[in-house]
Amino acid sequence: MQIDHLVTMANQIGDFFKSFPDQAQAKKDIAHHLTRFWASSMRQQILLHVQNNHGAGLHDIVRDAINQHLNNATASELSSNIDD
Amino acid sequence: MDDIKYSNTHHQHEHSRTNYDDQLDYGTPASQSDTQITLTIDDREITVPEGTSIMRASIMAGINVPKLCATDSLEPFGSCRLCVVEIEGRRGYPASCTTPVAEGLKVHTQTSKLADIRRGTMELYISDHPLDCLTCATNGDCELQDMAGAVGLREVRYGYDGENHLKAEKDESNPYFTFDPSKCIVCSRCVRACEETQGTFALTISGRGFESKVASGLGNFMDSECVSCGACVQACPTATLIEKTVIEAGVPEHKVTTTCAYCGVGCSFDAEMKGEEVIRMVPNKNGGANHGHSCVKGRFAWGYATHKDRITTPMIRKSIHDEWQQVSWDEAFSYAASEISRIQSKYGKASVGGITSSRCTNEEVYVVQKLVRAVFGSNNVDTCARVCHSPTGYGLKQTIGESAGTQTFDSVMKSDVIFVIGANPTDGHPVFASQMKRRLREGAKLIIADPRAIDLVASPHVKADYHLKLQPGTNVALISAIGHVIVTEGLVNEAFVKERCEWDSFVAWRDFVALRENSPEVLGLAMGVPAEELRAAARLFATGGNAAIYYGLGVTEHSQGSTMVMGIANLAMATGNIGREGVGVNPLRGQNNVQGSCDMGSMPHEFPGYRHVSDDATRALFESAWGRPLSNDPGLRIPNMLDNAIDGSFKALYCVGEDIVQSDPNTQHVTHALESMECVIVQDLFLNETAMFAHVFFPGASFLEKSGTFTNAERRISPVRRVMTPKNGMEDWEVTAALSNALGYPMEYKHASDIMDEVARLTPTFQGVSFKKLDELGSIQWPCNDETPTGTPTMHINEFVRGKGKFFVTEYVPTTEKVTPKYPLILTTGRILSQYNVGAQTRRTKNVAWHAEDLVEIHPHDAEERGIKEHDWVGINSRAGETVLRVKITERVQPGVIYTTFHHPESGANVITTDNSDWATNCPEFKVTAVQVTRVNQLSDWQQHYQTFSEAQLAYAGKDLEAAKVD
Repeated sequence: MQIDHLVTMANQIGDFFKSFPDQAQAKKDIAHHLTRFWASSMRQQILLHVQNNHGAGLHDIVRDAINQHLNNATASELSSNIDD
Repeated sequence: MDDIKYSNTHHQHEHSRTNYDDQLDYGTPASQSDTQITLTIDDREITVPEGTSIMRASIMAGINVPKLCATDSLEPFGSCRLCVVEIEGRRGYPASCTTPVAEGLKVHTQTSKLADIRRGTMELYISDHPLDCLTCATNGDCELQDMAGAVGLREVRYGYDGENHLKAEKDESNPYFTFDPSKCIVCSRCVRACEETQGTFALTISGRGFESKVASGLGNFMDSECVSCGACVQACPTATLIEKTVIEAGVPEHKVTTTCAYCGVGCSFDAEMKGEEVIRMVPNKNGGANHGHSCVKGRFAWGYATHKDRITTPMIRKSIHDEWQQVSWDEAFSYAASEISRIQSKYGKASVGGITSSRCTNEEVYVVQKLVRAVFGSNNVDTCARVCHSPTGYGLKQTIGESAGTQTFDSVMKSDVIFVIGANPTDGHPVFASQMKRRLREGAKLIIADPRAIDLVASPHVKADYHLKLQPGTNVALISAIGHVIVTEGLVNEAFVKERCEWDSFVAWRDFVALRENSPEVLGLAMGVPAEELRAAARLFATGGNAAIYYGLGVTEHSQGSTMVMGIANLAMATGNIGREGVGVNPLRGQNNVQGSCDMGSMPHEFPGYRHVSDDATRALFESAWGRPLSNDPGLRIPNMLDNAIDGSFKALYCVGEDIVQSDPNTQHVTHALESMECVIVQDLFLNETAMFAHVFFPGASFLEKSGTFTNAERRISPVRRVMTPKNGMEDWEVTAALSNALGYPMEYKHASDIMDEVARLTPTFQGVSFKKLDELGSIQWPCNDETPTGTPTMHINEFVRGKGKFFVTEYVPTTEKVTPKYPLILTTGRILSQYNVGAQTRRTKNVAWHAEDLVEIHPHDAEERGIKEHDWVGINSRAGETVLRVKITERVQPGVIYTTFHHPESGANVITTDNSDWATNCPEFKVTAVQVTRVNQLSDWQQHYQTFSEAQLAYAGKDLEAAKVD
């Protein structure tokens, strides 16, 4: 999938969580959302984009979320207070 | 049949004491009083609720009182004078329909005096009625005929030569029914049905005395306000209003109760048959969702099932530029299976996926997702709810814990404030709209949030208290601003929140909406709605009594669709409007089985019953039941499949009952994706737009040709019953099972009920559901299990499904689809009453008489600025594409906003909609597209290409373009 499309989608997710009072939790929730709802091929692509291109185009909170919480986590491994 | 369980709650009081017969007409509606009255009728003692008419009490006691103007779907009228009775100690001969029971009354329904009166009355009726019973369309099914027999009418002393109405002209203007005033007895049942049952007020009695006649406004039925719901036809006791199919074919000889395949209301119908031919569809009085009412689609628009465009033989081809080859089912299955295997071995498991449809039965959806997960070996299955209500599934699961509406439709009768957001019930959910209008006529308040003036804003005896005419794309601003008023003016139901919700989440939400940036004064500017109006509407919602929210695709089909659904749940929780009758969060589902298709696990991240694929226990359960390893990784959604197809990693699609080329956004993107695939398998009734890009075509069966279940917007599972042999030879679940067999994974179901049994074994919320129980109860609202064996009409009563309700902060993020000098207008899309979704069904019925083409609505100001006149061709340009439609100039839309429907493929409405989508679910932003509109003289390039392409494709299948029109 085109990376700019994934970047737009990821930023939209970030836009929802960015106004949460607990920013650390917001980052976890962003990563959690990607893990629960994106196919692994899409997650791999955005992860590579962060690792190889410094996540160009991604909002800071989204880049941080991916960097800190998306590394190889599978849906069932990632804990969060968000439901399915 | 066990009528007690079969009927609606209104009859509960009576059921406990008498044998309610759902086939009987009790003459007047049931009373809901708890006080019991005992009286004697013809020496039989009977106890009934206070407020019951003597007529109804008599019929309950098994005593048939003659009647003509009374029927139990309508309030008593007392005009025909046939139902007169004698009451000891009272004078005269009161009409039993308008006389309520009283304690200790002694009533006589058969005396020689009464017999005289009734015969005299009938004599007058018959003196002005054609004596053509033997050749009359309702011969044998006519209440007037029955009554003439019942009262023993033997002669008409007045003769037939006097002034009469026998030469009155027929009105044949409606395509489905005839109005023959020569047979009319002016009982007003049709007029009252139009008012009370449908709420349209299209009919009236004009003139007085001998001149009295039923009139559809000033002209014929088609030119009137009539919406062709059929309520008048249903109510007519004679052959005055009668289905044309009955005139042609005669009275039906048997009937089968089934469920409508149109909208998410899920009306129950009796398919009245002659052998294998449907003569008419009659709304079932005991239908839990419709209580005997219907709309023009379900009642009349079923002719598509036998339309000559049906394809009934499987077909295959190597390329979409080849002619189709008709093949046997076996050849079709083996070719499709070999292609899937070839593609998976070349490009990997994930290169193949499936799409199901909300038009499929639960059983069909279940086997498709099972095929994808167990046989294709991925979770690449999605359903068309992706493009309509996926944000509902996500948003309600997050906040209250279950991806479904919280109420029954009947709940609206206890609502004091009705808040309709982004829904157009009179067009999209007409039978429920009639019920809602009934409640509004009783005095409930109405708030509407919609960019466009829908019919509910102002229609006969209904007027919205507030119409918040917001800019498309500003829903979240609306819900936050309303939240702001409720929080800052002390209108929160804190007791409810403390007991039922996560307090921390409430505090975060409260503090957020209380910010000045979320006030109506600030956000109102984005919405284009005055702050005072927002404040007043918020106050009404919070303080007006039971407040219920009804919403539709105007909420979900936005870039913030999921945020808005959560905002709606926030509002219901903050005001304590959830967990009892009269309140709640009510998503109005577009298609018949949106709820069911989602329940059945057709989304790529979850198994049946909304359990995530990464949940190890659930996955183990399905692995053990299905005997195959299952993936714990979410699969591709429809837009992801299409994107990957264009990238070259997604190569084959099994698409059942869905038409993504017409219904999904950015048509050219969709067709490009399909052209990039190596094997597209389409299963449908017709060679739809998607099938024009297919390599394998499996002919499908209509809802009249198969067994299964649909689940409506109120979680009501209703039976779909096979009334005729499938023209294609197989029910759709059998096709999927056979494809699975060809891929080496046998699915050995004998009947659709075996599939539901498997669903029940594996899904806690469906544990108690079976076809047998559906036969007994008529329908079941899930959850249905050991604790709730007859189902759950109202959810979240003492506790939310997720335990405590959770509030979410909902920040308004404007869409990136903004107006610019190049694209200065916003296009929003919607539905119309007579057509359904992509129109594949309704376009092949006489419903085209109401809506033969999609029009674009433009405000007079915008039209004038562009020199556009009524009915001009205009080109509509967006960032995605261009299409050309005819103009309808109307103030229904506000300046700056234009509106169209997408029922006709050649309209290309989705050529202009964009790839923008909801952040959480990728539900497309159908409701907001920035466009420019200009006068043009010819169709767009896309439309011209479409014409050539579709003609060629139809020819490849041996069909011609003209055949797509109605017979």
